Amino acid sequence: MRATADLDLCQGHQMCQIEAPEVFGFDEDADHVVVLQLHPDQTLQRKVESAVRYCPAMALGMEED
Amino acid sequence: MTPPVVSNRHPESPHGHLEDLRSDPIDLLERVRDECGDIGTFRLGDRDVVLVSGAEVNEVVFRAPDEVLDQAAAYPFMTPIFGKGVVFDTTPERRKEALKNQALRGDMMRGHAATIESEINRMVSDWGDEGEIDLLDWFAELTIYTTSACLIGRRFREELDASFAQLYHDLERGTDAVAYVDPYADIESFHRRDRAREALVELVQGIMDRRATPTVVEPAETTVAGKRDLLDVLMSLKTDDGSPHFSADEITGMFISMMFAGHHTSSGTAAWTLIELLRNPEVMKNVVAELDDLYAEGSTVSFQALREIPRLESALKETLRLHPPLILLLRVAQQEVEIGGYPIAPGTMVGATPRISNRIHQDFPEPDLFDPGRYLDPRQEDLTNRWTWIPFGAGRHRCVGNAFAMMQLKAIFSVILRDFEFELAQPADTYRDDTSKMVIQLEQPCRVRYRRRAPLVEERASRNQGDLT
Repeated sequence: MRATADLDLCQGHQMCQIEAPEVFGFDEDADHVVVLQLHPDQTLQRKVESAVRYCPAMALGMEED
Repeated sequence: MTPPVVSNRHPESPHGHLEDLRSDPIDLLERVRDECGDIGTFRLGDRDVVLVSGAEVNEVVFRAPDEVLDQAAAYPFMTPIFGKGVVFDTTPERRKEALKNQALRGDMMRGHAATIESEINRMVSDWGDEGEIDLLDWFAELTIYTTSACLIGRRFREELDASFAQLYHDLERGTDAVAYVDPYADIESFHRRDRAREALVELVQGIMDRRATPTVVEPAETTVAGKRDLLDVLMSLKTDDGSPHFSADEITGMFISMMFAGHHTSSGTAAWTLIELLRNPEVMKNVVAELDDLYAEGSTVSFQALREIPRLESALKETLRLHPPLILLLRVAQQEVEIGGYPIAPGTMVGATPRISNRIHQDFPEPDLFDPGRYLDPRQEDLTNRWTWIPFGAGRHRCVGNAFAMMQLKAIFSVILRDFEFELAQPADTYRDDTSKMVIQLEQPCRVRYRRRAPLVEERASRNQGDLT
């Protein structure tokens, strides 16, 4: 699995910091999301799914490798 | 070369398709896609509006930065409502800044959820065991209280009653598309709009006067919610010579604009969700069972509204898809831009349409069917169609309040479906939108009946008995 973030779309809500902090960090200065793990472990799949589903800016994605 | 122009049902109109837009906007938007495809043109006064639908062109429009497609000049009907100098929307950069400091941030949501729960409880506290409500009036009043309490502060909310909601409604009704030709045209809805705004300024001035008089002893009720609110903050700002920085007129304009985006949208979506649930009893049954299970385990509404409630969320999403509160999202081209193979000249308006994109049959099979199953794995038709599932818009200007809105809707239905049963009070096909204004609202009458549910334990017992006999 591959986690993606579209920086054009990120609005800085930081919901992903609650849903999947292992995979998505936040750059305070640039004010947008940072993908911490490009290929997160399968055990994190549900968390990443939640982060994708609840991102208010629809800026996150999860793709098959 | 410009995109093809759609047919006109009012060819005698001197303002292009203005009469089409005023009399039946959905018909106009549908015809653009039917006749022209993904990109077509209609005329509004002396301006071309290039209307797009479909994922490819929607993405181009929604991703465009403000230097290319600007939002600020696209909604002239809002200027008389907000007042001059109060902008409709800010740049994505300033939105981000606002988000960081203010009421819509993720970590503020828990407090908002508790506030909303208490507002709903107040609204149903005088309901008795059974009765009837008008969906437009009831949800519009409720969402005035919730948006004012969450965005301005509970202290300000305590100053409001149903009359504020009524005035606010007159503002929302003052959004006739005639504003594209003349925002101050001599029509009744604009006169009502202007009178309503004056009355709101007076109301805010009265509140400011009372707060400025230190001899007034605050009743205990307001000191409970007595934390400084946004009005206190704005009143405390002074210019160099010590005079107030903002007048009541300016502050009222700010408050109107802060509440505007979240008010009629949430109110209408709540009403349509209840209507769709009542039209689809199987879905209602599943949603009620889901909520009963969640709350039987002792969860509180303010906690649960921030968490997954999958069946309710799917019903909300499907309501938003079929009844998006905004059917036409507009920008103005600031420079030449290519969309769908056409060069679009500066000054042209560019529109995307949630109402049409949300029902593209290639993306949403059986598009007119209310089917919350679309959002479950593996279909996830919202996530797989992120440029056409657009009840909140998309891209840079995607509704910044959408997480707040979903939380509010989850809280509303958690409370009212836990304590009450509903039924339609008029034939199911008589609930419809009044689309004669740019702000779409339910057409009245739109009434439903409610009856207080038996306590859960008894109800379950009798349900089980029923199964056995």
